[in-house]
Amino acid sequence: MADHSLSQDLQLDSQGRLRHFLTIEGLSRDLLVRIMDTAESFTSVTEQTVKKVPLLRGKSVVNLFFENSTRTLATFELAAKRLSADVLNLNIRTSSTAKGETLLDTIRNLEAMQVDLFVVRHAESGAAHFIARHCAPHVSVINGGDGRHAHPTQAMLDMFTIRRVKGPDFGKLKVAIVGDILHSRVARSQIAALNTLGAGEIRVVAPKTLLPVQVESLGVAPYTDLDAGLDGVDVVVMLRLQRERMNSAFLPSESEYFRCFGLTEQRLARAKPDAMVMHPGPINRGVEIDSAVADGPRSVILQQVNHGIAVRMAVLSMCTPGGHA
Amino acid sequence: MSGRILIRGGRLIDPANGVDAVADLYLADGRVAAVGQAPDGFQADETVDAGGLVVCPGFIDLCARLREPGHTHKATIASETAAAAKAGVTTLCCPPDTGPVIDTPAVGTLIQEKAEQAGKARVLPIGALTRELNGKDLSAMAALKAAGCVAVGNAYQPLANSQVWRHALEYAATHDLLVMIRPEDPWLKEQGCVHEGRLATRLGLPGIPESAETVAVAQALALIEQTGARAHFGQLSCGRAAAMIAEAQSRGVAVSCDVAIHQLHLTEDDVDGFDARCHVSPPLRTAADRDALRLAVASGAIAALCSDHQPHEPDAKLDTFLSTEPGMAALETLLPLTLRLVELGLLSLPAALERLSAGPARILGLPRAGLAVGDAADVCVFDANQVWKAEGAHWASRGRNTPFWGQEMRGAARLTLLAGETVYRADNR
Repeated sequence: MADHSLSQDLQLDSQGRLRHFLTIEGLSRDLLVRIMDTAESFTSVTEQTVKKVPLLRGKSVVNLFFENSTRTLATFELAAKRLSADVLNLNIRTSSTAKGETLLDTIRNLEAMQVDLFVVRHAESGAAHFIARHCAPHVSVINGGDGRHAHPTQAMLDMFTIRRVKGPDFGKLKVAIVGDILHSRVARSQIAALNTLGAGEIRVVAPKTLLPVQVESLGVAPYTDLDAGLDGVDVVVMLRLQRERMNSAFLPSESEYFRCFGLTEQRLARAKPDAMVMHPGPINRGVEIDSAVADGPRSVILQQVNHGIAVRMAVLSMCTPGGHA
Repeated sequence: MSGRILIRGGRLIDPANGVDAVADLYLADGRVAAVGQAPDGFQADETVDAGGLVVCPGFIDLCARLREPGHTHKATIASETAAAAKAGVTTLCCPPDTGPVIDTPAVGTLIQEKAEQAGKARVLPIGALTRELNGKDLSAMAALKAAGCVAVGNAYQPLANSQVWRHALEYAATHDLLVMIRPEDPWLKEQGCVHEGRLATRLGLPGIPESAETVAVAQALALIEQTGARAHFGQLSCGRAAAMIAEAQSRGVAVSCDVAIHQLHLTEDDVDGFDARCHVSPPLRTAADRDALRLAVASGAIAALCSDHQPHEPDAKLDTFLSTEPGMAALETLLPLTLRLVELGLLSLPAALERLSAGPARILGLPRAGLAVGDAADVCVFDANQVWKAEGAHWASRGRNTPFWGQEMRGAARLTLLAGETVYRADNR
């Protein structure tokens, strides 16, 4: 069975609405546009004095974080609270699974507390799929990032940011995703979203050690030369170089990496003059991106963070029964 | 002592002796008494009507884990040898990664005694190549051989370095012990859990490159040639490794190889959707690998098909893909999946049965594995057309961890005899 159909079966209810949000793969262009449109409607909420709507009043959202996160956890928590949900944040790394409880038992115990929605962050690919397949029918699961596999809300907030800056026609856009593609769930979800939205060209740029095998099967053009990869692009997405992997044999040093793949103003000149620069954070200044670019006029990094709340409000409301906006 | 049995009117296929004909088979005192014509004065205690059925030697499985000792929450020797009997398997080799490891005669003897008590199949232990499978210290191979171990191997555990490899092969050769190699370079494998290819890239699962197998095969082949050891590569997963071994065979190197039957039917794409039932080691590879392995089986370069049976308790597969335990319960799908190769036109039925009996017997150096007069009456009588569903009522193994669960299978044993004793008989016919 192809994952596309499986994801569709698992993610959509009989009326084609979101039941879980696990991966971009298998979702239609219309649905991705609807997520962005819904997010658009929530941006005004975040600008009001009373930043709350009652859409998820009486619902319980559990942020199940098996892996550290600051930004994703904070924006999911804020998004749920702005929808008036009750929110429980659980750092499972220091909790029951550390005492030997299985993942499934943890989920079943929480389900017994009559929660409505899990946001799951996990270090292993497929964790959100696994939980969605085994959780109770009334519970929805949103993937808050699983291993190297997917980070669909991050990808949607990135698409939302691109749409706000470049307009709705993705077909005219050339996008370069630069950095540690091999380990990046963000890159995989971005690539899936950009393909679904019909992006004109998607490039991935990295040394061969950080490019997964047969990456072109994802519908991208691989580059190992940053200057060539940036040539004439509209959007540059820089990925975090994971310092924790720097000691293994992927790269000789951070400084050599920056020399070859770091984004400087000089390098950015290869892109179109109005190219926008994105980064899902947290950024490593001087490793993958120069401060002058990160804080420069073409950077939309902080807008991405802000948009994260509206997009997560959209996904939370669309996944929760009775919460459809 | 077993009685006299006449198996009448079946299609007798005995690959070891080149027999494929409708013929009666006469068994007495646990051995084949005659083929075709009744011996003088033969009075059958039991007559089996095998009309429309295939009568062949019991299957020999080069790799089946029974989980005992040490892992009886998964399965036991009694439960899995019963599954073997139901599958037509009369002899099976059990790898040394039990708990404790088969690195002392006592453990090898214990396994054989338990198998004899259960009385369903002959179990041949494979002794550990290194003590506790630690990859460094040679095991007491002479003692293991004396205790009935037919070969030595290190199961999934790597050897510390190539010098240990060399000495292990030399020492095994000293005692004329077959060395069973599961080729896998541990550094190239790293934390991988699926084939490093399209699917691993899409699902973000850590991959195991093809080179993890080919590098290990190349290293082992060089050492085998130097040491002159008798060696067998088990459970190949990629076509290139099979080609390397075939090339060595063509130069006269004494090496053989087998493949797990699921590798001939499944590919990396079957893992899609994070299906932990398809989490196996070595991983399922590409359709091109599957096709190349099929051709190597057809050409005889791969001389044996095995089940690589690994029963698990349900919880072993209830986790994120990477955290689940590899392996599938596969004894009972061995015959129907082999028959699928015949349906696909890759092998004749006699050739397919050869890969399940005479082929593995030759690899192990077993004296006779056919149905000639005097051979042990290890017999499988099966219906090549019987359709059954892989589900509860039709499943004997304690492990139900198979991606074929719930699927229709074609081909089932009706009767299995071990040294003339009935160890499995289908309920209805």
